[in-house]
Amino acid sequence: MIEIPEAPAPAPAPAAALRTRGWLRSNPLLAAGGAVSALIVLAAVLAPLIAPDPGDAGSATHPFSVLKPPSAQHWFGTDQVGRDILSRVIYGARISPLVALFVLLIACAIGIPLGIAAGYFGGWLDDVIMRLTDIVLAFPALLLALALAALLPPSMTSLTIAISATWWPWYVRLIRGQAASVAGRPYIESCRALGISRRRIIFRHILPNAITPLIVQVSLDVGGVILTASALSFLGLGAQDPTPDWGLMVSEGQTYFTTDWWVVTFPGLAILITAFAFNLLGDGLRDLLDPRRVILR
Amino acid sequence: MRFGARAVVDLDHLGVDDGEIVGLAGESGSGKSMTTLAVLGLANTVGATVAGSIKLDGTELVGLPEKVLIGLRGSRIAAIFQSPSMAFNPVFRVGDVALRALRRHGLTGSEATDRVDQAMRGVLLSPDLLRRYPSQLSGGQLQRVAIALAVALRAEVLLADEPTSALDVTVQAEVLELLRELRSRDGMSVLFISHDLAVIAELCDRVAVMQSGSIVEQGPAGQIMSAPEHPYTADLLASVPVIERRA
Amino acid sequence: MTRYLARRLALAAGVVAGVVLLTFLIAHAVPGNPAASWAGPHASPAQVAAAAKYLGLDRPLPVQIAKYFAGIFTGNWGLSIHTHQSVLSNIATAAPASLELVIAALIIALAVGVPAGLVSARRPGRPADQAIRAGSILGVSMPIFWMALILQLVFAQRLHVLPVAGEYSPSLLFTNPLTKVTGFPVLDALFTGNWPMLGSTLSHLILPAVVVAAYPAGLISRMVRAQILDTVGETHVQMARALGLPERDVFGRYLMKLAWSPVSAAIALVFGYSLVNTFLVESIFDWPGLGSYAVASIGTLDTPAILGVTLFVAIAYVIANLIVDIVQAVIDPRIRLR
Repeated sequence: MIEIPEAPAPAPAPAAALRTRGWLRSNPLLAAGGAVSALIVLAAVLAPLIAPDPGDAGSATHPFSVLKPPSAQHWFGTDQVGRDILSRVIYGARISPLVALFVLLIACAIGIPLGIAAGYFGGWLDDVIMRLTDIVLAFPALLLALALAALLPPSMTSLTIAISATWWPWYVRLIRGQAASVAGRPYIESCRALGISRRRIIFRHILPNAITPLIVQVSLDVGGVILTASALSFLGLGAQDPTPDWGLMVSEGQTYFTTDWWVVTFPGLAILITAFAFNLLGDGLRDLLDPRRVILR
Repeated sequence: MRFGARAVVDLDHLGVDDGEIVGLAGESGSGKSMTTLAVLGLANTVGATVAGSIKLDGTELVGLPEKVLIGLRGSRIAAIFQSPSMAFNPVFRVGDVALRALRRHGLTGSEATDRVDQAMRGVLLSPDLLRRYPSQLSGGQLQRVAIALAVALRAEVLLADEPTSALDVTVQAEVLELLRELRSRDGMSVLFISHDLAVIAELCDRVAVMQSGSIVEQGPAGQIMSAPEHPYTADLLASVPVIERRA
Repeated sequence: MTRYLARRLALAAGVVAGVVLLTFLIAHAVPGNPAASWAGPHASPAQVAAAAKYLGLDRPLPVQIAKYFAGIFTGNWGLSIHTHQSVLSNIATAAPASLELVIAALIIALAVGVPAGLVSARRPGRPADQAIRAGSILGVSMPIFWMALILQLVFAQRLHVLPVAGEYSPSLLFTNPLTKVTGFPVLDALFTGNWPMLGSTLSHLILPAVVVAAYPAGLISRMVRAQILDTVGETHVQMARALGLPERDVFGRYLMKLAWSPVSAAIALVFGYSLVNTFLVESIFDWPGLGSYAVASIGTLDTPAILGVTLFVAIAYVIANLIVDIVQAVIDPRIRLR
């Protein structure tokens, strides 16, 4: 026999809801990621003001302070031609995120129109675009970027072009998925029946729905592009000396690594922290904007 | 039972005797399904807490350690759910979960197989169906398998959470008949939760009516249906469409 | 089932063909004279012309493409302009080392990522979950070449716990020479019972494999967590609990099996990425794989070699995807029975 008599009793405090002030405590990762990303962008913008030796980010050389370990004068030490590593790392913050920005802008510029075309119009256009996308996607991205970057004269511009060429297919897929799912909804049918022009439908209905996943994807991709760019620079296919690109700095410091660890460690750490911060940010944004926020256990 | 500071279900007193089929009626959102979870001790999985007392044969359930609750689940209290096609993990064969549960409760492999096979025959299904995947069985079959699993585990009480709501009327009748048989053959008690008053009227011995988390009226089925005391009950009854025969 | 596979195979073949075509076109759009590279810097114009004829470069482009495709199946992947050897044999020598590294890395990634994801999903939002999530994101944010250098410095050069570089100890070549069975040093040592060599190959494998495993491990952990949390609210989970199954069965067996399908897909995806990642760390660990060959080919504009490496990676990627497709069909009856 089962009995459920009931005497109400006070319950313990609720778990922090998402949009209340417990937000910060329940999303420490997002908060940290956002804060660090903002700091990095700030450092990039204020580089000339905060770097102790701005000239070292350029072609200055100091033959008498070559390979000095970290000290009060040079927090991160000096590199093989005597340049202050801290300054170079700070100036490096201008390079990587900028590359990421351009790459993702290009990827969106290509991906959004193609994606909408494929998703909204469907049919053979969809097939053609998706096959093309599949082929480029089947190419291991890094290899393609490698090949392209090698074939073009080494520079940051070539790097940006090479990485963009491998990145756009993901955005086509993403936008296409969104466009296709929205286009299939009944209310779009009624829009068409009402005689609303295609352009209006696309801009006022399809595009806004695609924005949220797009933002999430972009913020998640920043870290990835930064890693790819630094890997290519490490191989010598991107930035050239004296540009203070972090990947290049790691590559240059390789030969001295066993004795002078700081030349490699700090630039690499910068890459790690930057990618980490942006990934945290992207991850947090995705959690935030995901409609299925309720977590069951 | 509460979600955070919000009390969702506040039952005064609801009892099910041996071999009794008690109906719990009410609209969607009145907190009926929560009752099932609370009794099974699974309220925490949806983030709710339970305060008060739930007794099984005089044994208090609220506050029992998880290990004990696991032992009780299935073997003394069983449950079947609203959507039979969703109640089975799609990548496992239908019989898998039950066999594993039986083995966890101490039976050997062959003992478990025998029990479940026998239970399947008891619900008029071939034991072969146990080796199929959920996508290969119909809703009615799946619900009967679910009931068979409860039988195989020799549960004394069955919590049936809207078991027929997702089924066709004809299949529904089969399931109801099955529940009646279980009651008369095995003495199983059933808490039949539903929003469908017609079904409750047909099946249950006693009825409790729930509104917004509280029981507003309780009593023998016949009495409630014909002479409801609470206005809400009267409203519910009035909303059931009746097909009249014009003489 | 076979029809499903046949369809996937046909699709895969089409994609590989597309990849090769694309590479061909890119390589030919680039300025540079392969014939001149072949003939060498001191060659006379006549010799360069002869080289062009020998390499088939004087034929029109479509013919070159057609010949190349035909050659793929006969094992003629062209001649490397740089090494003057058969591209296929170059690749066959170098590939096993890279493959060994990738596979080892993926095994480590699975062994770490799956349990981590499970633990994370059991109590979402709690400290363990936050820590594991942070760790996973750290894994996918790691610059591989930097991690390789740091680990090498710390474990090999400073602590002397692990070897610095190479596939195995060169000194062992004299005392316990390795007979080639499969081309994979670890497997060869295992099959021939060459225990000292096995120990050496394994210890040399650890550092590079861990480095390459960082990204997949982070990815897998996050995927497992996401998949489980996605499905934890479904009725069948409550049903399993209601039948009296302990949480570890519910999560470890029932929820996990549902997660394998998307996780396998992620593995296929990350296979290609990891393969190219190994190229990055090869120079650091002196690993005799495809990486140095690939980078050198690109540097010298060695078109046949570039094509060959691309073809190889594309095929490996496609095979990995096929394997995953099979695994998915085995795990998930819904795919099979459609």
